[in-house]
Parts: sequence; C-alpha cells; structure tokens
Amino acid sequence: MRTRKRTGWRRIVNGVNIAGLISVLFIALPLYWMTIGSFETPANLASSPPQWFPVPGTTANYSTAFSQYHFWIFFRNSLIVTIIATALVLALGTLAGYALGRTPMRGKFSLLVVLLMISVFPEIAIIAPLYLLMREIGWLNSYQALILPYTAFNLPFAIWILRNYFLGIPKEMEETGRIDGAGPLRTMWSIVLPQALPGLFTAGIFCFTACWTEFLMALTFNAQTNFQTIPVGIATFGTQDITPFPTIFAASVVAVIPIGILVFIFRKFVISGLTSGAVKG
Amino acid sequence: MATVSLEQVNKVYPNGFHAVHDLSLDIADGEFMVLVGPSGCGKTTALRMVAGLEDISSGTLKIGTRTVNDVTPKDRDIAMVFQNYALYPHMTVAENIGFALKLRKMPKTDIEARVKETAEILGLTEWLNRKPGQLSGGQRQRVAMGRAIVREPSVFLMDEPLSNLDAKLRVQMRAEVSRIQRRINVSTIYVTHDQIEAMTMGDRVAVMRAGLLQQCDNPQVLYDHPDNLFVAAFIGSPAMNLYEASVTEGAAAVRVGSQQIDLPASVTTAHSGLAAFAGKRIVLGLRPEHLPASGDARPGPTLTGDVDLVEALGSELMVHFTIDAKRVQAEGAHDPDAEDVAAAGEGVARVDPRAPVKAGERFTFAIDADGMQFFDPETGLAIW
Repeated sequence: MRTRKRTGWRRIVNGVNIAGLISVLFIALPLYWMTIGSFETPANLASSPPQWFPVPGTTANYSTAFSQYHFWIFFRNSLIVTIIATALVLALGTLAGYALGRTPMRGKFSLLVVLLMISVFPEIAIIAPLYLLMREIGWLNSYQALILPYTAFNLPFAIWILRNYFLGIPKEMEETGRIDGAGPLRTMWSIVLPQALPGLFTAGIFCFTACWTEFLMALTFNAQTNFQTIPVGIATFGTQDITPFPTIFAASVVAVIPIGILVFIFRKFVISGLTSGAVKG
Repeated sequence: MATVSLEQVNKVYPNGFHAVHDLSLDIADGEFMVLVGPSGCGKTTALRMVAGLEDISSGTLKIGTRTVNDVTPKDRDIAMVFQNYALYPHMTVAENIGFALKLRKMPKTDIEARVKETAEILGLTEWLNRKPGQLSGGQRQRVAMGRAIVREPSVFLMDEPLSNLDAKLRVQMRAEVSRIQRRINVSTIYVTHDQIEAMTMGDRVAVMRAGLLQQCDNPQVLYDHPDNLFVAAFIGSPAMNLYEASVTEGAAAVRVGSQQIDLPASVTTAHSGLAAFAGKRIVLGLRPEHLPASGDARPGPTLTGDVDLVEALGSELMVHFTIDAKRVQAEGAHDPDAEDVAAAGEGVARVDPRAPVKAGERFTFAIDADGMQFFDPETGLAIW
C-alpha cells in the first residue's frame, strides 16, 4: 500500500477535515441564525441580504418573551415535567436494567426485544387512545398527564442503556461486596451505581432532551396555558396576523440553554456512555 | 484463624452439570492449600462454595467447628481475592482497603490505622490516595491482597490471583503472596491452573480433574509418588514421559517398543504390584531428570532414542528424543499455557550440559531406576 505523509497546510486541509467542517456548519448554522435573530429587530431580521451580525442589537425580544408571552410559565412547566419524568426513568430504569442485566430470569431476551420495540413505537399511533384515557380519568391539563407517558416512552431506551452498563461491571465486584458485608442495596448504591454513572448520565440526558422537546402529547393533553410546556408555548406565540420571529428565537435560545449546560457538564460521560459496550473493556 | 473442612461436598447445577463430586478436604490452621487442575475441573466452584457465592448441593462445609453451609458470605469470616482483583475503580486505594471495615461501622480512626498498617505490609503506603486505574498490575494485585488482609479473616480464598500478571511479575508476586501468607499465618485456599504455582506455593496441593479430587498431598509427594496417570502427567514441567510398555514374564523387566529395560531388585521390591502385571500392558513413566546422561559407561538400565532437538539452558540440556514406543497422553492433563516441550520429539530428557548429545544422532540415556513409575493402563492408577 502506498502511503504519503501529508506536510504543511495539506495536513490541516484534507478531505476528512473539510467534510467534518461542513457537517458542523450544517448543524450549527440554524443555531447561529436563531441566536443572532433573537437580538435583531423584526425589520432587520427580514432584511435582504440577511444580516450576519445584529447591528443594532437589542435584548427587547427576551423581555417581550417573558413579559408578554408568559414564557416563564412554560419554562417552569417544562422543568417540572422533565425533571420528574427523568428522575422516574432513571430510578425505574436502574432497577429494571440491573434486574435484566444480572438476575437469572425466564424470557429475559423476549422482554428486552419487546422493550426495544416499544422504544421505537410511533407516538402518534397511540395519542388518540391516550387522550381518551386521560380525559376519562380527569388528567387533562395536569403535570401527570405528561410525566407518566414521558416516563413510559423513555423507560425502554434507558433500561437498554443501563442494562448494557451493568453488564460491563465485573460480577466479582458485587461478590467482593457481598463477602465484605454489603447488602443488596448497599452494593447497588456504593459499588454498582458509581461505576454506572456514565450510563446514568447518558440515559438521563437522552431522556431530559426527549421530554424537554416533546410536542405532540404536550399539545394534545394540556391545552391550558398554566400547564403548557415550552415547545407548545412557543408555538402559540403570535397571532393570525403576525408571527414575532425575533421573540420566538429569543424564547428558543432560552429553551436550548439547559440542554446545552447539561451536555457541556456531562460531555465526557455521555461520550463514554455512548461507546460503552461496543468494545469489551 | 481456623480450619476448613469439606466433607463429601457436591455441586450440581440446575442444568444437571455435576461440577464437584464428593470433595473431601481438610485444611489445617494456617495451612496454604492449593487447588490445581485444568480449566473446568471444579476448583473454582469448590472455592466459591467455601466463600458462599455458590450453594452447596450436598455435603458439609465447616469453618472452624461451625457448619457454614447456609451462612451468608459476610458471616463466614473469609476474605477473597479474585482473578481480576475486583477493585472498586471509583475509590482510592485507602478506600478500597477500608471498605469492609467501613461496612462494619468501625470508627474512622481505627480504619485509618488498620489501612495504614496493611499498606505498610504490602508496600502500598505511597499509593494510598491513588485510584486503581493509576496503578500497575502488580500494585493492583497488592491492593486486592490488602483488602483481604485488612479484615483479619480466619480464611483467605484466592482465585487465580496472579494469572493477570505478566510472567516476570507473576514469579515475583508468587514469592510475595507466600511471604505474606506465612507472615499473617491465615489458612488459605488458593486456586490455580498453573502447576508450577501450585508446587512452589502450597503446603499441600489438591489436584482436581472433572470435579473429582485426584490426590492431595505435599508437592514433593505428588511429584515423586503420583497416585495416577493424570497427576503424573499434570505435575512437573517438562511433563513426565509416559510410554506404553509391557511387563515381561517374571516381572523382571519391561519392554518399551523394541527395547527391554531390566528392572533392578530395588524397583521390583518397591513396586511389588508389578508381579501381577507379568505379561500384561502397563504405562511406564520417566521424568526427564530420571534420564540423566550417557548410559554407555554406567551400569544399570538404559534407554536409547533418536535425538531430535537439543535445547541448551546453561545449567542443563533439554534433549528431545523419539523412541519406537507409543507415548501416552493423560486426558486433560495438558496445560494449554505451558510451553509445549514435548512437541519437538516424543520424549524429553534433562541432561548434564557437558553430555555429548547431538541432534540427529542416537543417544543412550541412563535410567535412574528409582524414579521409574508404573501405571495400570485400564484404571490409570499407579502400581506399587
């Protein structure tokens, strides 16, 4: 095989790097457009050719979103629903994943396949029966109307991630724990969970993002402003005549921030979580 | 400190696999007992039953005077070192060592003192604040030992603790584990598939095969007087040369291929059972060192073979040779990790480095007659 050592500028400018750059631009450009748009006046945003920098900039869109459009209510609702659902998913997913990964169980494999099928099940297929159910039990316009389905929908994937994580922890660690005198809960808490943290973060961030951005159920089950979440709230900005794009952009920027912070803090864990199980360490 | 006794212990898995058959062993106070055998022989299962990590299907297990069949692992007063060390990666060395004490709710200052003392025994003092990931293989191994020592258990259980180390470190740690065990003088059951480890470390060695105990004795007895073909073939490196042979009428000689080896009176007296095999087939066993050097000048029995290969080790020559008799393999005795010294020829002799042996020539080896072993080919049992 002929190999050529790249030198000078050829080392930096090569096919792979350019492809990478194009991909990043492709993903980052809408975010950039949204961010600068949130600082523009409506007139400037619509100008042609488009402005690449908001001159003159304004923060009025942000205050409008919060004061005029009750954005803080949507934000609060999203936080409540997402945090509780994520916590439930992690708690249940840890227990189920551990059981499926470690304990001898009849029909374990079929159960895992069913879980995988559920996790790819299209939401829209069951939204109507779910709506009727929620109406029947009087849960429409409530937090639990979202928390419960979000937990159910995100649990299978979390169980899969966590189960694979638990499988990767040598059994001998738990056995050492047993000999050392740790009971099952202590073993779980002090020995297993600390090692499964990357898996917990990965599952947690996937679940958080899925709940934070979910639209269909939020729109269907909670029509009252008091229980609407961010995606639905932003969609109701504006009227028939005007769509306040800069304000929508501003709200969207605020909506993206929590996810950005989470991913930034836990990025190492998430990356190791996504690749774990691929190679038996 | 305590004795451990296994009486007719069996392990049958739910799928019907009988992993350990009627195992009876007594481990004395402070004794270093090694369980050795090829993989799948039940040695690890036996150890795990002592630890309480596997249920005992039938039989009695006693630690000290107490029957512990149904006692949980933590209440058996044992400590175990695993093959992969099983260190907690999120805890420092000190936390790893002190974890069991913390579970016992020992005061913090006492834990610190005990951990420090243990670290000193093991030479780990300067690594106490490191995480296991920052340690070398040998250091991790020592932490695993430390975690066991710190609890001051009555019994130590070790499951192939050295097999993850490279060859050089393994030899070093072998000595260190023995030294520590003698220093703290705790009854120890040590599982390994490596017969050299077993021979060098054990006060006594129990050889297992397919769930059955073959022989349990001190290493020298195992080596000199193996009870059966399996033990003969498994213990010793290079392995014992085993050939199909037959006993002549009158049991005064054995025929190996086309050669006749006259048996001195000392041998026929020591192996009086040979008389019953007169005219019958047997298996003849000769350890490499019992074929010492040129037999031309020496009186007594000899064996002549075609030399295939001569390996000079400095202190001795390993001579690989072929004779016209069929070599016997004891099933399962072959250690896949060991160097296959017999591959070059059908037999191996350990010869004085000055002996005039050349590859491609015929050579006559003296036979150290007292080292000859005889086995019944039907039962595999030694003939005495």
